[in-house]
Amino acid sequence: MKKSLLSILAVCALSAGLPAVAADYVVDTEGAHASVNFKIPHLGYSFLLGRFDDFSGTFSFDPENPKAAAVNVVIDTASINSNHAERDRHLRSDDFLAVDKHPQARFVSTKFETANGESGQLHGQLTLRGITRDIIINVEKVGEGKDPWGGYRMGFAGNTSLKLADFGITTDLGPASREVELMLHIEGVRQ
Amino acid sequence: MWRNSQHSYGLIQILLHWTTAILVTGMFALGIYMVDLGYYDPWYHRAPALHKSVGLLVIGLFLFRLVWRFGDPQPEPLGVNPWSRKAAGGMHLLLYLGLFALLASGYLIASADGRSIPVFDVFSVPALTLPVENQEELAGDVHEVTAWSLMVLAVLHGAAALKHRFIDKDASLARMLWPRRD
Repeated sequence: MKKSLLSILAVCALSAGLPAVAADYVVDTEGAHASVNFKIPHLGYSFLLGRFDDFSGTFSFDPENPKAAAVNVVIDTASINSNHAERDRHLRSDDFLAVDKHPQARFVSTKFETANGESGQLHGQLTLRGITRDIIINVEKVGEGKDPWGGYRMGFAGNTSLKLADFGITTDLGPASREVELMLHIEGVRQ
Repeated sequence: MWRNSQHSYGLIQILLHWTTAILVTGMFALGIYMVDLGYYDPWYHRAPALHKSVGLLVIGLFLFRLVWRFGDPQPEPLGVNPWSRKAAGGMHLLLYLGLFALLASGYLIASADGRSIPVFDVFSVPALTLPVENQEELAGDVHEVTAWSLMVLAVLHGAAALKHRFIDKDASLARMLWPRRD
């Protein structure tokens, strides 16, 4: 009894001396409150939208120290879905994502630049089709707080654009369609 | 004349055989050609539409051919020995199975979205979706493998026909060109 009380005291003493630890969040893919979408001009006359159905990710975010935010996302490239089976098969082929050779795309953040702790630029490395490039995602915090089921959630919206050729996709879709926009909506559940 | 006899194929079977051979070979060539078309090529949409339309017509021919085949006597094989006759029978079975797999997989690729498939903008064939994930991937892989396999089988089949014609000097090839009187 005495011993356990002592150890509790010891733990309290130790924790008090540590800085606030960033909260870790798991992206809510289970409840599908997150989506990885893309948008690319079609001939320059309109846009084609699609998404990746399967991915997983985690992030850590401490409102006291937002610059220390870190994000990790892994995308199953074969899960691309543009609502057209034959096009999806083409997108999975070597002409585009080469999913047989590169079944995963990965984003690992390196730093978060923010002035207000709410919106900012998330720098990181994106590996797609086996090619790793530094990218910047414009991020905006949408909100955070308790959910009705006993959990705590935080969500962000992100936007970035990629040159297809930067990731080895050289199939010509026309002059208007050399860049694809990624639109990310990520909700995390605090662990 | 129209129907098979003990020694010869009838005109219907002959027409079915050659029409299928020509259309399937043509669709093989079109298939190889169309998958590499550039996005801005005028044939980018036309070629696959033609491929699907003709493919669905070949499915119709194939179904009719199966009915016709089982309703008609088969001419006796002309192989010089039991081994040769067995090989011919096996080859014919493989050609039928290969053709079935090729046509079924092609139909299932075009079906994967669940949208019906237009045939020359004249009529549409309903789609068939299976309870598998990524039907277009599975069907697409099968279609590619069976297309090449069937072409290899067809070349062997043609070589065997020439062997019958020029080495065995029998009527195997002749009776598939025009019905023979017994």
